[in-house]
Amino acid sequence: MLNIVVCVKGVPDPKQACNIKIDPDTKTLLRCDVPMVVNPLDKNAMEVALQLKAKTDARITVLSMGPPEAGNIVKECLALGGDQGILLSDPAFGGADTFATAYTLAKGIQKIGPYDVILCGMASSDGSTEWVGPQIATFLKIPVVTMVKEVVETDPSTWKVKANIDNGYRLMQVKLPALFTVTREVNTPKNLSFSGIIKARKKEIEQWGIDDLGVSQGSVGLKGSPTIVSQLNTKVSNRNVEFIKGTREEKAESLVQKLIGTGLL
Amino acid sequence: MAEQKKSVGSVWVIAEQIDCRLLSVSTQLLGKARKLADELHTSLETILLGDNIDRQTQQLIAAGAERVYLGNTPEFAFYHPEIYTETIVSLAREHKPEIILMGSTSAGRELAPLVAARLETGLTAHCIDLVLDEDRNLEQRIPAYGGLLSIICPERRPQMATIAKGVFSAPEPDETRTGEIIALGAPDIASQRIQTLEIIREEPEGVPLESADIVVAGGAGAGDREGWSKISELANTLNAALGSTRPAVDEGWTELTTMIGQSGKMVSPQLYIGVGLSGEQQHLVGVVDAKVMVAINNDDKSPVFEQVDFGIVEDCREFVPVLIEKIKAYQERLTVC
Repeated sequence: MLNIVVCVKGVPDPKQACNIKIDPDTKTLLRCDVPMVVNPLDKNAMEVALQLKAKTDARITVLSMGPPEAGNIVKECLALGGDQGILLSDPAFGGADTFATAYTLAKGIQKIGPYDVILCGMASSDGSTEWVGPQIATFLKIPVVTMVKEVVETDPSTWKVKANIDNGYRLMQVKLPALFTVTREVNTPKNLSFSGIIKARKKEIEQWGIDDLGVSQGSVGLKGSPTIVSQLNTKVSNRNVEFIKGTREEKAESLVQKLIGTGLL
Repeated sequence: MAEQKKSVGSVWVIAEQIDCRLLSVSTQLLGKARKLADELHTSLETILLGDNIDRQTQQLIAAGAERVYLGNTPEFAFYHPEIYTETIVSLAREHKPEIILMGSTSAGRELAPLVAARLETGLTAHCIDLVLDEDRNLEQRIPAYGGLLSIICPERRPQMATIAKGVFSAPEPDETRTGEIIALGAPDIASQRIQTLEIIREEPEGVPLESADIVVAGGAGAGDREGWSKISELANTLNAALGSTRPAVDEGWTELTTMIGQSGKMVSPQLYIGVGLSGEQQHLVGVVDAKVMVAINNDDKSPVFEQVDFGIVEDCREFVPVLIEKIKAYQERLTVC
């Protein structure tokens, strides 16, 4: 049986992200009412796992780290077809940078047991870093290929994948166990089905804290993070907006006149 | 100044070549790194891995490198995660650099986190500025919700960051500079767990973003594929390059190669038109150098309006088709006269 772990992250809904501000005093995110959703590219990672499970004997474990509310993110992935859900949640995990996050997730994966393939989205929509996938692979001492746009072959011991590079792609052959981060080109994620939601009700989500992982306080969360936020500078734009008014037609006409003024039309 | 001044390790730039051509981001980083090294009273060193790349070393030295670690063998010809990581990690363990900078290229974005994790140090993604703070830590600035965050890595070394092409400008090459070249052998990696079978180059279609006079960028406000096709049509009508924000890429409306901003491309057009996007810093840092900026958004309180020259409060799905008609009408008038 192929054991697949899909790492997912709860992120503020990217479509409403402009409503999020940083508190200048505490330097923390003021999320306001922006709902948490599954990071879009993690859904592509989930879909890779689901398509494999449809044609081979596989077990999908969904793994996330976050506050207890992030259980909903794991639940949604179970409703999509994951078999088992694990949420790494502990106050000690809070404030982790990508290094500490990858370490904690790697410890979670080791506790899950034997694994063949680990899948992650290529980047998170909120932090826009791409570090967690490759760094999990480093902690687990397994190979990694990032930016996978197509899974070409899935033999039991070796995968062939196409991965994006600047101006093209590379065809890679990788021995399992291995970690892959995927781009949105890899597939089109399916939407939640009613039957999936019903089935997910019976599936358990386990919550593991610092004692379950057997890691030290100093190696996780803020304490285990090499990087810290030192300052917030509110960016001041030196542009002053002129609103173009009128009916829709008039606004379009005025804008065309402004564009003509730039000499570019 | 209570503390005694410790001697500081070198500043390193991991230079990169593709098909034996040095990437422009590498010389741009050397220019910035040269200034940081001078401020820290330390040396600037660079690593370049490839095959048949002897001639590129002079470019690195002319851009400010005092020492070039040169891996010039067939094993290094193409980026390979394990071979490149092993080479850089063992050199860094030996020489203990203070700072390592890499380009936010496809290879850099995979290599940097692998090296940082092995060295058990911090790594900041896609910085838009680098300065030294009063404790001589590298302050790595990144855009974040409505502002700029400064990230530091106070306890561990090296301090590592990736930076996109176009953030810093390349220095004027100084051919009188001299430098030391140290040859590197390929590491002995017993298990070939990863093999590159083939590298396929594909040139993107359309007007290239980086050199376009006009950029039309769309965001989540497009709503759906149909809305996106209108924005794309607006770009075509203006003979503009089409850009995007991450939500638009995540929706699958456009390719990742069109993404503008911190983790995408840096553009500096004469005219930028942002359509149905909310003005997130991660996107707008990629267009700060645009001459004239226009935003179309249905929310008059959208932060995008704080950062542009002209604002139009309209639903872009309704407005863009009208705008296209008006532009076409003007273009037709031009051809008649």
